[in-house]
Amino acid sequence: MLQSFCNWLSNTPVSLKIQTVLWIIPAVQTIHILCISIVISTMAMLDLRLLGFTGRTQPISRAVSRWVPWVFWTLPVMLLTGIILIIGEPTRELMNPYFRAKMIMVLVVFLITLLVYTRNKDAAYWDKRAIAAKFAGSISLVLWVGIITAGRWIAYY
Amino acid sequence: MIATIIPQFCSWVENTKMAAAIRTSTWMFPTIETVHVLAITLVVGSAAMFDLRLLGLASRDRSITEMHREILPWTWASFACAVIAGFLMFSSDATKYYEDVPFRLKMLTLLLVGINTAIFEFGAFRGVGGWDREKSTPLAAKLAGGISLALWILVVGFGRWIGFTKQ
Repeated sequence: MLQSFCNWLSNTPVSLKIQTVLWIIPAVQTIHILCISIVISTMAMLDLRLLGFTGRTQPISRAVSRWVPWVFWTLPVMLLTGIILIIGEPTRELMNPYFRAKMIMVLVVFLITLLVYTRNKDAAYWDKRAIAAKFAGSISLVLWVGIITAGRWIAYY
Repeated sequence: MIATIIPQFCSWVENTKMAAAIRTSTWMFPTIETVHVLAITLVVGSAAMFDLRLLGLASRDRSITEMHREILPWTWASFACAVIAGFLMFSSDATKYYEDVPFRLKMLTLLLVGINTAIFEFGAFRGVGGWDREKSTPLAAKLAGGISLALWILVVGFGRWIGFTKQ
C-alpha cells in the first residue's frame, strides 16, 4: 500500500518538478544539512553538559534554556526540507530501512529533548538528578550520531 | 607548474592500495562519508556559534574570549576529522574530484575561510581586551563573523553539489 502511495506521489506535478529541476534537491539537501549542523552542535553542547564533561561553571538549567530553543525552531525547517526530499523521491525514502530507522530515532530524541526541556521549568531539576541527566545526555548523543549516520546511508540502500 | 603537479599527485594517490581499497569496498566510502558529514556539521555549527557572538546576535551574555576558549577547540578538532575523512574520499577517485567544478569551488572557499580566520586572529582579535564583554563588537569583528558564516554555508553547498556533478 505504501508502495502504491509512493508511485502515486512520484507522478504528481510537484514531485515531477522536484525530479526535473536539477538544483532543487542539492539546494534543499544543503539547507537540511545546515539545520542538522545547528542541531547536532547545540545538542552536543547540551548532552556534554548533561554528562558533566563541559561547561560545568554553569548549572544544567542554564544549558537547557540556552541550547534547546535552537532545536525547536530548526526542527520545522528540517521537517519541511525533509518532506520536499520525500516528495521528490518517495520510494527512495519511504521504502528505505535506513530512512525508517532515522524517523524512529528522530521521534525518540525529540521526546527525550522535550522531557529535558519541560522538566527544566523547575530550575534545579536536572542538577539534582545527575544520573538521570547523564542517562538522557548519553542516549541523546548516541541517537543524534545515529540519525546522521542513517541519513547518509539512505543513499546507499 | 601547479597545473602538472596536481594531476600527477592525483593519479599517484588514486593508485595507492588505500585508495583502491576505498574504491572497491561496499561499506568503506559511505562510512568515511558519514564521519565527514558528522565532522562538518560540528565544524559549521560550532563555528556559527562563535560567528553569531561576533555579530552580536547570540550568546551576548558571554565574553568573546570565553567563547573562543570553550568553542573553537571543538571546531578545530572536528575540522581535522573532516579533512582526514575528506582526503580519504578524495583519494579514492582523485582525478575526477580534481576535475569537478564544485569541488574546486569548495577548496577555494576553504582557502578563503583560512584567510578570513587568519585576518581575525592576528588582527581584530588582538585587541579583544577593549570589547570582550561588549554586546556590540567592532566592525572588523562583525565582518569576520559574517564572512565566516557565509563561507561555511557555501562550503556545505558546494560539498553537497559535488555529489550531483562529479563524473
